[in-house]
Amino acid sequence: MKRREVRDTVTNINKENKKVVVTNLHKYFDDNEVLTGIDATIYEGEVVCVIGPSGSGKSTFLRCLNKLEDATSGEIIIDGFDITDKKMNINKVRENIGMVFQQFNLFQNMTVIKNIMMAPVTLKKMTKEEARKKAMELLGRVGLADKADSYPGELSGGQQQRVAIARALAMSPDIMLFDEPTSALDPEMVGEVLDVMKELAAEGMTMIVVTHEMGFAREVSDRVLFMADGIICEQGTPEEVFGNPRNERTQDFLRKVL
Amino acid sequence: MDFGRVFQEALPMLLDGLWLTVRVSVISIAIGMIIGLFMCLMKMSKNVVLRAIAGVYIWIIRGTPMLVQALMIFFGLPQLIQLTINPDFRLDAFTAGIITLSLNAGAYLAEIYRGGIMAVPKGQSEAARSLGLSQGMTMLKVVLPQAIKFSIPSLVNQFIITIKDTSILSVIGMAEIVNKAKTYVGSTYVYFATYAVVALMYLLIISILMLVSSYIEKKLKYEAKRGKRHRDEH
Repeated sequence: MKRREVRDTVTNINKENKKVVVTNLHKYFDDNEVLTGIDATIYEGEVVCVIGPSGSGKSTFLRCLNKLEDATSGEIIIDGFDITDKKMNINKVRENIGMVFQQFNLFQNMTVIKNIMMAPVTLKKMTKEEARKKAMELLGRVGLADKADSYPGELSGGQQQRVAIARALAMSPDIMLFDEPTSALDPEMVGEVLDVMKELAAEGMTMIVVTHEMGFAREVSDRVLFMADGIICEQGTPEEVFGNPRNERTQDFLRKVL
Repeated sequence: MDFGRVFQEALPMLLDGLWLTVRVSVISIAIGMIIGLFMCLMKMSKNVVLRAIAGVYIWIIRGTPMLVQALMIFFGLPQLIQLTINPDFRLDAFTAGIITLSLNAGAYLAEIYRGGIMAVPKGQSEAARSLGLSQGMTMLKVVLPQAIKFSIPSLVNQFIITIKDTSILSVIGMAEIVNKAKTYVGSTYVYFATYAVVALMYLLIISILMLVSSYIEKKLKYEAKRGKRHRDEH
């Protein structure tokens, strides 16, 4: 009940609970510095869109948050766990962070339902029956209950991405990361994926979304981060960033994409 | 051309040899597949020592003829053990033959698996890791099942080579087809007909293997096509 009181009822944000705290994050690929000192705090229930030109380090930043990329230096605290600490069991932390990839990455050797059931069953969070029930529920939510026994190769891109979202949700994560989830889709399929994401946002999921969909960022996000050259140049509400960008790089970028 | 005579006189012993060839092949391929898997995982591990062990093993096996390996394991190795550890040590031809063939197949299979694993897109293991699966579980549940599928043509090729390589084991006295045939022609001089029957026997086993594998490949191709057609419709 207490949580409810501090929660902003319109945006679902709970400022009392910091889900992600990033401090002075640097990332090198060999000699190339991709992230040059990132600081960010993301609160429970917040939907944050990360925008910016390609090569600005948006995806690398996102991938550092579940340690698919190792931070070179800096600190990343997820739900109170310091994942840059070498002794931290990253697998346990990852169970709480769902990720959706640009290329969907559904397991090609499994049917749709097996894709969703695999992690909960393997990690012993659920029995097979429970996992199947939950998987069917999730498939219903993303509108694909009839595709349970299809293989990923038999689905369209948009359908595959919706299954990928269901697969991530099967672990009941607190945080969802989206790495350009609609960039590999044919234009007519973008909407169906964004709709699922909008619903998720409305339910209060903490979401970090790297995207080129400016319409989505404007409409759904609580906060927009604009990245260029490995740092966050500007951030604010969508109204601030899109309506009245103060940073020159942001103005330049928005002129090109809008 | 004495085919009638060979069938009458030598067929039972050649069939004995054929049966041994099949047994040795199956056992060696099975052991070789396990050795190969471990060597492949060692070669791909982050641990330098494991990587070095696998590297040296593959290097030695691929860099020396199997004939020499067979002689070494059947004659050389027992002598070394007799001189150093146990003077009563014995190794029969059957065991020595299986050791040789499995070690040999293992080295080549390790590389075949590695090729298969590298052919699995990186996103597959990233997706599994992002859900919280350990590296081992990711390998077991997601990467290996797909890697095996990619490797099937090369695996079958290696199985064929291993079956044919059993003939080399005749030099250490293993009573497989060629060894039996040599014994028979040694006393009868019926070379052509005997070796023709021997060749036909190999051709028979390998043809069966190829039929099975082309059936599996066709099935996999059909599944892939089915997937593609669906995608095109959308």
